[in-house]
Amino acid sequence: MPDVRTVDVAVVGAGPAGMSAAVRAAGSGARVLVLDQSSHLGGQIWRHRERATLAAPARAWLARFEASGAGYLPQATVADASPGRLFAVTPTGPVTIHARAMVLATGARELFLPFPGWTLPNVFGVGGLQALIKSGLDVRGKRVVIAGSGPLVLPVAATASEHGARVVAVCEQAPRGALMAFGAGLWRSPSKLVAALRYRSAFRSTAFSTGTWVSRADGDGRVERVTLTDGRRQWTVDCDLLATACGLIPNVELGTALGCRVVNGALLVDDAQRTSVPSVFAAGECTGVGGEDLALAEGEIAGLAAAGQPSRERHRRRDRARRMVGRLERAFAPRAELLHRAEADTVVCRCEDVRLGDLDTGWSGRQAKLASRAGMGACQGRVCGAALARMYQWAPPSVRAPLSPVPVQALAALDDDVAG
Amino acid sequence: MSDTVTLTIDGRPHATGRGTSVAVALLDAGVPGFRASVNGEPRGPVCGMGICFECRVTINGQPHQRACLITCEDGMTVRTGVSTDA
Repeated sequence: MPDVRTVDVAVVGAGPAGMSAAVRAAGSGARVLVLDQSSHLGGQIWRHRERATLAAPARAWLARFEASGAGYLPQATVADASPGRLFAVTPTGPVTIHARAMVLATGARELFLPFPGWTLPNVFGVGGLQALIKSGLDVRGKRVVIAGSGPLVLPVAATASEHGARVVAVCEQAPRGALMAFGAGLWRSPSKLVAALRYRSAFRSTAFSTGTWVSRADGDGRVERVTLTDGRRQWTVDCDLLATACGLIPNVELGTALGCRVVNGALLVDDAQRTSVPSVFAAGECTGVGGEDLALAEGEIAGLAAAGQPSRERHRRRDRARRMVGRLERAFAPRAELLHRAEADTVVCRCEDVRLGDLDTGWSGRQAKLASRAGMGACQGRVCGAALARMYQWAPPSVRAPLSPVPVQALAALDDDVAG
Repeated sequence: MSDTVTLTIDGRPHATGRGTSVAVALLDAGVPGFRASVNGEPRGPVCGMGICFECRVTINGQPHQRACLITCEDGMTVRTGVSTDA
């Protein structure tokens, strides 16, 4: 029997934005179903194994969500969508969801720009390492280099250190001046400043270098050494794990598939978190990377609006938090040097092993895809598409169903679903 | 309920904490790679959140499962694409 569910509001993503949207929509009397592709509540930022390790606001939102009456479908990967309808793959089979309104809370991912050695095992993202440690990775005694950009760098260094890693280098690609300006702006949010200082003190014996980034990684079968640079000189550090990325970018694939307008890489929303498509709302990092406070504020508004309730009294808090988006973009814009680290034999498309030398920079993104298979693999260009868009201004790959690879049996169900 | 679960990774038993992701269990077990790339290079997890598809392994006979999204269960059988056994 096909699993078909009908709800008032479907929420995609169970991070802060998705959970707060679900709480407010359910609190307005709507029947709500939340889908998430992972097996845990909380998204990336509130990822946890034991709830006691989370900060009080996160625990409070988890409790509110569980008491809200909203349904929750974990390990559900959305494979196809149209306004009013979602088709998801779960371990127990495909599920079709009909919803009067939907809230996209698909979060953000890390921007990975290719450099020689980035495909070696034990080279992770910065948030990637954080996620793995929070999922139980044993880093005791491991030599860890963290080289990234933005507010994730310090907390991840602190997490690694607190879990017994030997953090041997912590690097921020943004120049010192940009970082100081950003830090100075935090006087408006003293709690964030205190948090930053606490993170920094967790690995105080390790230098924190600004204006520094990875130029290459080397090793036999896995990373053993990383070469760092500040643009003037280069030095090499031995390590067991390298955590590196170039900041965060919004996940807009589902919104794009639904026809939502994307501006500056983020889903465009209005005052009530409405996207350009009727009955499709969006909240959190997929509308622009601005952190947890903004995600919660946007989620609450989107949840109320999706349930047909007024949300105006909450707009001011959201608008205030929204200023963080521009401040983060200005302070942590990836420097030009990061864009052109790959060499001719460096893999740029990890799914299809397309090397930089296989590409003609005069191509359009579509030509690149057809001629080289770059972006044709399992991740559908989520990694290389974002990189090549920045390196050569190639348009991001077009979104097509299935949005993620799904079992053939599920594809058959999808055909039936669309035909029916 | 026991605090550990035991899974089989490329034919070898591996005990890990309850709630651990399959990706973490494989990394802790020291596998040389999760999958072999198109050209045969070993690859392992990068994003840790289901985006990059580099951590794909076969779990209980189901190929192409993202190890970072799945929690270990007792008796689970995991096969990497860079298996060192026969």
